[in-house]
Amino acid sequence: MSAALTPASIAELVEAVRSTPQLIAVGAGTKPRLSAVNVTKLSTTALRGLVEYEPSEFTFTALTGTPLREIIAALAERGQYLPFDPMLVDAGATLGGTVVAGLSGPGRFRFGGVRDFILAVQFVDGAGRLLRMGGKVVKNAAGFDLPKFFVGSLGRFGVLTEITFKVFPRPASRLTLKVEANTIEATARILTEAANSRWELDALDLLPDGSSICLRLAGPSAALESLADEILARWPGRKLTEAEADVLWAELREFQWAHTGLPLLKVALAPGDVVAFHQTIAALDGARAHISAGGNVAFVSLAAADQFAALDEKLRALQLSGVTLRGDAPLWSGTRTASKISHAVKAALDSENRFPSLDD
Amino acid sequence: MAHPALQRLAELLPPERLLVQPQQLAAYESDGLTAFRQRPLAVAIPETSDEVIALVRLCHELELPFVARGSGTSLSGGSLPVAGGVVITLNRLNHILKLDPAQRIAVVEPGVINTQVTLSAAPHGLHYAPDPSSQSICTIGGNVAFNSGGAHCLKYGMTSNHVLGLKAVLATGEVVDWGGASRENVGPDWCGLFTGNEGLFGIALEITLQLLPRAECFHTVLAGYRTLEQAGDAVAAVIASGLLPGAMEIMDALALEAAVAAVHAEYPPDCEAVLIVELEGPREVVSADRVRLDEIIAASSPVEARPARDAEERLAIWKGRRSAFSAVGRLSPDFIVQDGVVPRRRLGEALRRIGEMSRESGLRCANVFHAGDGNLHPLILFDGRQPGALERAEALAGKILKMCVAMGGSLTGEHGIGMEKRDYLPDMFSAEEIDCMKRLRAAFDPLGIANPGKMFPGPEAPALTHHGLHPLEKAGVIFRE
Ligand SMILES: Cc1cc2nc3c(=O)[nH]c(=O)nc-3n(C[C@H](O)[C@H](O)[C@H](O)COP(=O)(O)OP(=O)(O)OC[C@H]3O[C@@H](n4cnc5c(N)ncnc54)[C@H](O)[C@@H]3O)c2cc1C
Repeated sequence: MSAALTPASIAELVEAVRSTPQLIAVGAGTKPRLSAVNVTKLSTTALRGLVEYEPSEFTFTALTGTPLREIIAALAERGQYLPFDPMLVDAGATLGGTVVAGLSGPGRFRFGGVRDFILAVQFVDGAGRLLRMGGKVVKNAAGFDLPKFFVGSLGRFGVLTEITFKVFPRPASRLTLKVEANTIEATARILTEAANSRWELDALDLLPDGSSICLRLAGPSAALESLADEILARWPGRKLTEAEADVLWAELREFQWAHTGLPLLKVALAPGDVVAFHQTIAALDGARAHISAGGNVAFVSLAAADQFAALDEKLRALQLSGVTLRGDAPLWSGTRTASKISHAVKAALDSENRFPSLDD
Repeated sequence: MAHPALQRLAELLPPERLLVQPQQLAAYESDGLTAFRQRPLAVAIPETSDEVIALVRLCHELELPFVARGSGTSLSGGSLPVAGGVVITLNRLNHILKLDPAQRIAVVEPGVINTQVTLSAAPHGLHYAPDPSSQSICTIGGNVAFNSGGAHCLKYGMTSNHVLGLKAVLATGEVVDWGGASRENVGPDWCGLFTGNEGLFGIALEITLQLLPRAECFHTVLAGYRTLEQAGDAVAAVIASGLLPGAMEIMDALALEAAVAAVHAEYPPDCEAVLIVELEGPREVVSADRVRLDEIIAASSPVEARPARDAEERLAIWKGRRSAFSAVGRLSPDFIVQDGVVPRRRLGEALRRIGEMSRESGLRCANVFHAGDGNLHPLILFDGRQPGALERAEALAGKILKMCVAMGGSLTGEHGIGMEKRDYLPDMFSAEEIDCMKRLRAAFDPLGIANPGKMFPGPEAPALTHHGLHPLEKAGVIFRE
């Protein structure tokens, strides 16, 4: 593996891209499998800081290497937050890494994921051109929506330099409830009913223990208590204290429940897949899964690297797909469709293959 | 059938679904932007995805330009035909293929009308959030192509925030199938890239939409202000308070006058502006939030604030708002509408300058807009029978667009670039950025046969002619916002 470049300005980054035949950008390295390719690493960590923040506009622009932690703190000072609920914040994850990984947290249940809050990007394409796409206002329909395309793109189409996001006012308070179900079928039913309810939950997750469901309410505190009572009258469970809730959500956010040093994957699910998916994980000895966003995404921690093949096969049978965030396992799992358009778009943005392809 | 392409097309469709006679083609000559007109070579009326795929593959083989068309309500000339090309209308692909309340999704064909989705989801307590005011007539395919919006974008986003999956035939003939029932995605977000392509990438065949539970409860307030500026300040105060309303709309004096004339809406007297704010959510949340909203509005020195006391009063408020644009038609024989976006904090300044520019050009301009997200909708009134009036109106529209971009906003919040605003694209994007978009377009459509002449500045601009309101607007079926 070649030595890392660490540009300290956008101009230096552009220059670094132009003068390096093959490279990939890396943020804080919290999802190392995504950039485990044998090319020059370009670290974005020196490109950090908020460039613009207009609380009255519900928008900010930050340099790609800015740690999420800094952004969250700056927004909190003005009573705002990132509704897609970023992951790996304490671990030091950067804004750019979060975008290209396409990683959203449990709070994405309410208003949507990274893709729903990204408004604009500035990036360097494979020819070393510095380009801006999207618009810096909360509503824009001009030009193709490349900012969304970069979400989940693993940095294979360009290096992000600046990103503009939409933000929301932070709800006045939160309340987390934990309810238990005996069977996975019962769990799936609770997820569906809760998701379709009048409560407008902020998060709806099945914990890695496989049987506890956490429901998070967010809004004016006066309202939350009575909503919580109604939920607990429906299913047995309890309200968590603020401290308990903080620990719980931090554990999920930072993947503290996952096996260390072993493969960790993100799998896109539909709520209807929850039962079959849960059974798949249960059949892999010691493997765990956190099923998040009402059954729309799962994070899977394998108990041994050699479980990957079995998981891969199962995902294919279920027509699901996954991407490995860390650990020693292939990047993609489950179904993958090869399309001509994928290569054509790659050629449009990176004709010289300066960045690795999605297949690497 | 002299034209060789017509012969080949006739092999794909029965004669009653391949229109070639001038009188048949006339109905397709323009869209919601009636200033442009173009007669196509033919109009193809497929009934199945397979027929659409076969048509696109034939167009690719013959290098024949094609324009996908939903209901033709585009306000930017997006579905304007191309001379010598085929219009592929998708209205007959109008089936809701799947409605899955447990997973809160609908899978629809592109010709399904926007409101049909919500109507079929309603019995399950669900709805489809994007609500362009043309929703009773525009198609999901058109919404996807233009990433259409509506009054609820600040909180719920635009069409693209609700598209989970797409099956499409690209202009190369390749059929792709992206995403699906999951709200998450693995790999690059192809649905995100496709949505808003303005018909330049290919034709959407099946769209998976996310549905949301319908809000249990609403609190809607209408407040009148002496000045537009005060109404703008009230919006700023609501935003600063940390509330997240479902909608925030402003109407100015001229728009109010029109709504009064059209639907006998009643507004507080002597107001230069009316603000509508709506909260929505579980009843406990709304009753806590409404106390704060009512305080904020009371403190914003309105002439009068009227909270809707029941569902009927709420509907009346929205009826006035929704009617405003077509109502403006009663004040003036013709109008054009723009939909530039400005940063919210500059709304007051933008409106002042629009007022000045409108006085300078001698044309009246009404404003009805999505104040919550800074999305203006200046309606420029003119009389197309007067020589040069349309050109003056277009010139004023252009000045307004340039102002929006100069203020750090956008050329369009929801109507798209289309034919109308393509010459302004370089005001918002550099030459290199436009080249990048052209390369992307070429990746999807190397021959340049899908809706050519739109979005990018080009030489072959058809002459502007004057043709009046969209026929359905004249009939009061659809409204402009
Ligand atoms: C009175 C009035 C009010 C309006 N209000 C709003 C509003 O509030 N918000 C808003 O956003 N817009 C609004 N519009 C604009 C317009 O209704 C939207 O742009 C709408 O999405 C167009 O839908 P359509 O079915 O009429 O599409 P068309 O006008 O037929 O087509 C629009 C574009 O989509 C392409 N297209 C159509 N179908 C497909 C397909 N299946 N695959 C690929 N491309 C396709 C066409 O080529 C064209 O470029 C309004 C229009 C009118 C006339």
